[in-house]
Amino acid sequence: MERDLLTRRLSGAARASLRWETGLGLLVVAIVIFGAATSPQFLTSTNFFNTGVSSGEIAIMALPMTLIVISGEIDLSVASILGMSSALLGFLWARHWPMPAIFVMVALLGIVAGLINGLLVTRVGLPSLAVTIGTLALYRGVALILLGPNTISNFPASYTNIGINPLPGTQIPYNVAIFVVLAVIFGIVLHFTATGRSIYAMGASPDAALFAGIRVKRVKTMLYVASGLVCALAGVLWTFRLATAVQNNGLGLELDVVAIVLLGGVSIFGGKGSMAGVVLAVIAFAALQNALLLTNFNQEATGIVIGALLLVSVFAPNAAALWRRGLPRWARGRPGRTAPSSPLGALHD
Amino acid sequence: MTSTVTERPDSPGAAPGAGSRRLTERVFRIRESGIIAVFLVFVAVTTAIHPSFLNEQNIQFLLVNTVVYALLALGETMVVISRNVDLSIGSVLGLSAYVSAGLFGPHPGIPVPVVFLVGLGIGLACGMANGLMVALGRVPSLVVTLATLYIIRGIDILIVGGNEVTAQTLPNSFINIPRAGVLGVPYLAIAVAVVIGIGAYYLRSFRSGRELYAIGSNPEAARLAGIPTGRRIFTAFTVSGGIAGVAGVLWAAQYQTVDSTAGTGYELTVISAVVVGGVAIFGGSGSAVGAAIGALLLSSITSALNVLGISQLWLEAISGFLLLLAITLDRVISLRLQAALRRRSSGVGT
Repeated sequence: MERDLLTRRLSGAARASLRWETGLGLLVVAIVIFGAATSPQFLTSTNFFNTGVSSGEIAIMALPMTLIVISGEIDLSVASILGMSSALLGFLWARHWPMPAIFVMVALLGIVAGLINGLLVTRVGLPSLAVTIGTLALYRGVALILLGPNTISNFPASYTNIGINPLPGTQIPYNVAIFVVLAVIFGIVLHFTATGRSIYAMGASPDAALFAGIRVKRVKTMLYVASGLVCALAGVLWTFRLATAVQNNGLGLELDVVAIVLLGGVSIFGGKGSMAGVVLAVIAFAALQNALLLTNFNQEATGIVIGALLLVSVFAPNAAALWRRGLPRWARGRPGRTAPSSPLGALHD
Repeated sequence: MTSTVTERPDSPGAAPGAGSRRLTERVFRIRESGIIAVFLVFVAVTTAIHPSFLNEQNIQFLLVNTVVYALLALGETMVVISRNVDLSIGSVLGLSAYVSAGLFGPHPGIPVPVVFLVGLGIGLACGMANGLMVALGRVPSLVVTLATLYIIRGIDILIVGGNEVTAQTLPNSFINIPRAGVLGVPYLAIAVAVVIGIGAYYLRSFRSGRELYAIGSNPEAARLAGIPTGRRIFTAFTVSGGIAGVAGVLWAAQYQTVDSTAGTGYELTVISAVVVGGVAIFGGSGSAVGAAIGALLLSSITSALNVLGISQLWLEAISGFLLLLAITLDRVISLRLQAALRRRSSGVGT
């Protein structure tokens, strides 16, 4: 019977996110029309390549983040894991390690970084927001220690070409191709496996999930390890694409990644969201930045538009309820209802 | 269980009550005494290795560096205690720093207090916007302030363009604000300590301050108890924004060169300081004094690395490690206390 209730709740969530995805699809269409109308370069294959290649790593990091946020947690250390992996890659390359051995070490580093996050969150029982702010500094600090102020840029052209050349015979950049493959894998895990269903369950109600026999701690630890590994991969791609290993690679990207996931309709409280929504949000994010770039809008100020979209994404689902309720009572000087406004409500305790 | 207690109102019944009160008192004392002890040990060890850590110049350097972070930590503490978070303070600081200090260029004779009022006004406006959206819109503050982090920084970038405020345009009366002092202690540090003291007293002893803790402990129970939760949360965000605005003006006086990157990333450093200082990230406990000492500890690490000749490259890793250590210790101690309390209360039952 409990499972019935759970299924009904989940299918309700799925219906809600379907509507959200329709809105996102319309947003993407609107951005494409806007881009095509304002710049003749927008719909060219070169521009498609440039747009894709410059957003690939952010998009890749958004995939495990989606699962983590749906499970009711957060990982703010993703960009630091990217930077730390990039730094280790440069550090070992400068010491003449063979590339395959470096890849193994970088992958191990990502796994260890994710495992530290996961164990602190699940086994010690600390709030993931605080833990990953801590490891955000710690992992970036390791990158600083590894490379210092040095820049390593003498990588062989056969690797750095991934930033210039698309996959042979296509216009698809390597990092976008990897994103597509990973998006399919993460999408299948999230939507078509028992583990995926359990991720929704633990996000919707951690206690219920535990009592239903779901190994909440183990699954969450696995999600953090997956995030660490994927972010290490993003670090390698980032390093080769820019042909540079430097300690501040990817600095501050964690907020972009979180913004994309939330724009994709994933609830910050956990338990809701879909891979399709996040993929659409990735496309909207990349297309919007590119369209604004082509219209000579100050590139760094595109944050205004992204921030506004984020506000819309969080207010739109509440707008109907707000309208029905009319003016909140507290505005008229009497105590009113306030929903629990924790940063991550589902994480309380 | 209650009947057992009333049956024995004499020594066996009274002892567990007094015991648990002592324990809760100890929790409150631990919250600040832990961070104070860590800070003192840190200073003692560093001074033992290198006595020049405690010379006048170094203390002055340390205090001036702490001022901005400690101020921001006060505002963030109010927000975090109410089970919210304000990620926009770095952007507010940047916008306020550029706009306020930028006034000296076109209006060289503008009085310094007016510049501070402009900074305060910008901060209050941003804080009110955050507060309105969180309290009225009932949406998670993490998302709202993440969005305003982007939006305010974007506005800052549009206003700044490629320009920057340079030291030449700033009058001496402005530049000297962080530097003037008595016996090596900057007046500014004294003023900020007083402000933090007032803030701590407000949170501890005023009804509306206590209500922030109540909201943070259990928002629903606080609402049912008749606390105007929306208004309190709105106030907390407004204060946090106003403080970030003033901190922006101080930042400009201290660094004198302001471009569109001023204050980038401060939000996470300040949250680190607040959490290291013993404020629970999910609200309901912690103090403004603890948060200020957290800020002092983080910036004294910078200073200690300098004195000890350790590369600044270690700074970030050490502060990250410290944050993880602080929250882990806090968790372990609170679990122990819970277990102890449970043992005592079950002792009453049997």
